[in-house]
Amino acid sequence: MAPADGAAWALREGACPSQSWRRGRCSLGSAGGSLPLTIMAPTDGAAWALRSGACPSQSWRRRAARRGLCGRATAPHNHGGRGRAGPGRELRTGGPRRRGHVTGKMAVFPWHSRHRNYKAEFASCRLEAVPLEFGDYHPLKPITVTESKTKKVSRKGSTSSTSSSSSSSVVDPLSSVLDGTDPLSMFAATADPAATAAATDSSRKKREREDNSIIGSDFEPWASKRGEILARYTTTEKLSINLFMGSEKGKAGTATSAMSEKVRTRLEELDDFEEGSQKELLNLTQQDYVNRIEELNQSLKDAWASDQKVKALKIVIQCSKLLSDTSVIQFYPSKFVLITDILDTFGKLVYERIFSMCVDNRSVLPDHFSPENVNDTAKETCLNWFFKIASIRELIPRFYVEASILKCNKFLSKTGISECLPRLTCMIRGIGDPLVSVYARAYLCRVGMEVAPHLKESLNKNFFDFLLTFKQIHGDTVQNQLVVQGVELPSYLPLYSPAMDWIFQCISYHAPETLLTEMMERCKKLGNNALLLNSVMSAFRAEFIATRSMDFIGMIKECDESGFPKHLLFRSLGLNLALADPPESDRLQILNEAWKVITKLKNPQDYVNCAEVWVEYTCKHFTKREVSTVLADVIKHMTPDRAFEDSYPQLQSIIKKVIAHFHDFSVLFSVEKFLPFLDMFQKESVRVEVCKCIMEVFIKHQQEPTKDPVILNALLHVCKTMHDSVNALTLEDEKRMLAYLINGFIKMVSFGRDFEQQLSFYVEARSMFCNLEPVLVQLIHSVNRLAMETRKVMKGNHSRKTAAFVRACVAYCFITIPSLVGIFARLNLYLHSGQVALANQCLSQADAFFKAAISLIPEVPKMINIDGKMRPSESFLLEFLCNFFSTLLIVPDHPEHGVLSLVRELLGVIQDYTWEDNSDDKVRIYTCVLHLLSAMSQETYLYHVDKVDSNDSLYGGDSKFLAENNKLCETVMAQILEHLKTLAKDEALKRQSSLGLSFFNSILAHGDLRNNRLNQLSVNLWHLAQRHGCADTRTMVKTLEYIKKRSRQPDMGHLTELALRLPLQTRT
Amino acid sequence: MGTSLDIKIKRANKVYHAGPIQIINSTIEMVKPGKFPPGKTEIPFEFPLHVKGNKVLYETYHGVFVNIQYTLRCDMKRSLLAKDLTKTCEFIVHSAPQKGKLTPSPVDFTITPETLQNVKERALLPKFLIRGHLNSTNCVITQPLTGELVVESSEAAIRSIELQLVRVETCGCAEGYARDATEIQNIQIADGDVCRSLSVPIYMVFPRLFTCPTLETTNFKVEFEVNIVVLLHADHLITENFPLKLCRV
Repeated sequence: MAPADGAAWALREGACPSQSWRRGRCSLGSAGGSLPLTIMAPTDGAAWALRSGACPSQSWRRRAARRGLCGRATAPHNHGGRGRAGPGRELRTGGPRRRGHVTGKMAVFPWHSRHRNYKAEFASCRLEAVPLEFGDYHPLKPITVTESKTKKVSRKGSTSSTSSSSSSSVVDPLSSVLDGTDPLSMFAATADPAATAAATDSSRKKREREDNSIIGSDFEPWASKRGEILARYTTTEKLSINLFMGSEKGKAGTATSAMSEKVRTRLEELDDFEEGSQKELLNLTQQDYVNRIEELNQSLKDAWASDQKVKALKIVIQCSKLLSDTSVIQFYPSKFVLITDILDTFGKLVYERIFSMCVDNRSVLPDHFSPENVNDTAKETCLNWFFKIASIRELIPRFYVEASILKCNKFLSKTGISECLPRLTCMIRGIGDPLVSVYARAYLCRVGMEVAPHLKESLNKNFFDFLLTFKQIHGDTVQNQLVVQGVELPSYLPLYSPAMDWIFQCISYHAPETLLTEMMERCKKLGNNALLLNSVMSAFRAEFIATRSMDFIGMIKECDESGFPKHLLFRSLGLNLALADPPESDRLQILNEAWKVITKLKNPQDYVNCAEVWVEYTCKHFTKREVSTVLADVIKHMTPDRAFEDSYPQLQSIIKKVIAHFHDFSVLFSVEKFLPFLDMFQKESVRVEVCKCIMEVFIKHQQEPTKDPVILNALLHVCKTMHDSVNALTLEDEKRMLAYLINGFIKMVSFGRDFEQQLSFYVEARSMFCNLEPVLVQLIHSVNRLAMETRKVMKGNHSRKTAAFVRACVAYCFITIPSLVGIFARLNLYLHSGQVALANQCLSQADAFFKAAISLIPEVPKMINIDGKMRPSESFLLEFLCNFFSTLLIVPDHPEHGVLSLVRELLGVIQDYTWEDNSDDKVRIYTCVLHLLSAMSQETYLYHVDKVDSNDSLYGGDSKFLAENNKLCETVMAQILEHLKTLAKDEALKRQSSLGLSFFNSILAHGDLRNNRLNQLSVNLWHLAQRHGCADTRTMVKTLEYIKKRSRQPDMGHLTELALRLPLQTRT
Repeated sequence: MGTSLDIKIKRANKVYHAGPIQIINSTIEMVKPGKFPPGKTEIPFEFPLHVKGNKVLYETYHGVFVNIQYTLRCDMKRSLLAKDLTKTCEFIVHSAPQKGKLTPSPVDFTITPETLQNVKERALLPKFLIRGHLNSTNCVITQPLTGELVVESSEAAIRSIELQLVRVETCGCAEGYARDATEIQNIQIADGDVCRSLSVPIYMVFPRLFTCPTLETTNFKVEFEVNIVVLLHADHLITENFPLKLCRV
């Protein structure tokens, strides 16, 4: 359906309300599709005459209704325009014929509504207002707290603390219980200031001491590094795991003459963990490798759990041996991560086991225990572990395994760890391969920081030892190895970074500035220090780096081209500058110097990795001009050969950084190169991701509604991109998310008083987002809101122009709703929009909505899908209908369709609907209809819509109208009774009883019991409810009590007599 | 159901110290004849180790030629109808610490192609210079062997440097001496081509089961040596030997 049609139609509305009314109806009919095109021609001549007249719709309507009523009395006409089935027709075809049929053998009961005086009832329900004297008790009265002013014997120098809050009116009600003095101020008053001071002093000292030995949250833990390393150091080459689990006889070529074969085997048994099995797993992919290592980790845990401690140790030894293997060197950092995980597991298991041995029946070892508290068995076990590990033949496993249980030294002696750390540090000097050795150092620093962070000396020693061996990287052994593996130096050197960064980070943690300066100086002295420089920048405090940015740029420039890649250095510097600000005066120069180098990078990958980081710095300190320049440079670099295709993550990250800094979207979109930058995201999934990011930021930061055409254009485009990505395969969650984002945008668009512009925006939005149901729903709500806003502005009195506009809004909703899929969404929106139309005096349009809703009801399926689960729909339908009835009360009758045509039509639909076999919902609905009809027969209705005359004023309590109304009631009652009769079977007796009682209550509430037959019916129902002993006696007693109470009210005397006729069943 | 007999030594993983007392092979009666209640019965026992005649109670030692072993045997004599039960169990004897203080005996060493013996063609050897020292060759058995080693220069890449602990047993018999050297521990202290001029620590813990204080009796000797083994690429093997004297202090 073309959305423009509806709007155009509405705007076309003519000058004559009645004429346009008719035309409107016809258009609506055709637009709605489901409405009958022709409405039954009334037989009434008077109505004919009136139809051609040109008079204000309201008065026209009223007269027409009255006349229609007269007409109906003489010549009732058939409304069954759509030819419904038999029973449905019964309700609509009036006259005596019907009566006999419906009630069958049952006596016919007439309906007489009780007269209600709503005003008086409301007044009588209200609580009486009693003025409250000052000083009287009242739970909600503000309480004032009287401050306790204990005079302190103030010591010299102590300040008197009688700081008291003045008794304010907003006070915690809890304090009222406390007799005016709250316990905290009492405590403060009695506390000895000197003692408190001493206490805080000692606790501060203690804290300081602990500061030294406990790592704070500002120390980035290893756990956060591991993922990054695993993701960055990958390989496509085949890997192998070689676990020498068999005996190494004849394999170890060390011609040790003096060794007897027997002893040798015995020693080597320590090295195997499954006798005679030697596993060499070749040709593993990286993922296989990771899985194998994980299996080993698991088998370590299993072995430990099944008390095979020696096997566990063997597994750990074999795993650490893998760290001496540097084939496929690019993978080494990741291998280190995987294997040290196993070592960590082992270290923890051993520590926990020994710790648990210290626990005897009496006491548990405290966390900070001393070796004296450890019993001999635990010590002996611990010592055994160390002896076993000390006899591991190979250096690397011996180092790693001992380091992994470093913490266990605590069981043996106080100085154990402080003696062990330097020894292990020295031991690493024996590792010839510089890469293997630097990772060993990193592991030792890691364990050291965890177990004894105060032992900084060893950390420093590791750093200085590393500097001593730094020259090895350029030695023959390493170079030969690189040639063999075909690895270039610029990709080899970054392999050191994770380990070095970690060591540097450990050292620089809470380190004095002087140490950092010294470290930097020592790095400077070494040739080709780019690697060191990079780690300094990665690990040192960002502030330290940022303040020396210019120095660093100088140093980077001096670095040797052939070694460590320069773009990584600039990247590291950029990362620091994103965290800490350089001196104000240097900022522009830093950017210029850095970008001069970055822009020269030839490889797009290197370039974008660098640029990604520096965008943050640019956004932080510069204006949109500089940002635009930077974005332009990125576009220039990434466009040739479609290089952007390989760098979506980085480009996405650039966008995220830019939008994170420009919360003002009018500024953002005025960044010249922002939109061209977006054009680089040509892969749809990425494009949609970027759009989502933009919209999320918009929704989060846009405070005020906007009509800025730049924002609107850009964001409409962004939203359209998101919307257009929806296809048949899109997941529900994704759709929900997209709809949420688009709705967030729609809600933020406002043209202020320019309502027409607003509506045309909604028209445009509808054409753009037609595939997302929640967006359409939002649009309908928005348009309804717009109509109500208009009404508010006009204070309810529409001008010709606003009336036309409001009708345009209504038309918008009317033609949009049918395109929704959700049946209840449609029903509720029809109802809601109908209410809005009614409120805006668009009566015929309101009728159309309600008719549409009525004609939709037969389509409600038995089961509907709610959050992916199929549920019965009846309860939802019941809820909707009750809501609908409440609205129908105030909808004025259509002049041409006879009395209560909507209600009749709705009843017909309810009648025809296929209800669940064993449900009483239909009768519940009929009961509600009875309530509605009772309310309709009142002289003045309970509520009204401003400027709309409901049936009460239209008919003015005309007796014929009441008679029609009562006839309908009779029919409905007959239906209820019929249903009650069908329940007279064993299995349904309980239902019969409760329905009977509920009907009884309805009659009691709404019926006039002075009428004898109604009175008789209620007595019958009372008996029915109790007949089979299904009734709840307490409810019956309460009901009876209520009747008696009501009978004492004025004009209710007849209930006294009724009460006498209602016996309570005695249980036998 | 069968009856079983078991000996449990308190602190099973603990080494036992015993003074040089004389006599071995002593028997004590643990319980007088009678009847055990059903279930598990534990009987504590304790007795001094007395050495026979003028013999010496040596430390427990498991070697190739020489074995010094101590066992406990428990016999349960039972009535005619039931078999007697027997159980044996080894226990370990450590001699009491020797009196007096150990005098440290540091050794410096330098290894070059020139210092080597048993070289066929000295000219074919790559040039190298390895210096180092052992802090003492008189060692306390419970303390590690320590020292330092520096590869000052080496033409060939180094593959590995190891410490080899060797035990030498000598037995006297009618035909003369029988001498057997056994590697009892091998500890790698350097792996790969280590950095030149950077000292690598020498550190070795003596294994508890295979070492004992150096022993010299009329019938046999148990002695220890350490070899520093340097493996170069191209399969050159350089060994430097240092005799050790172990004692318990």
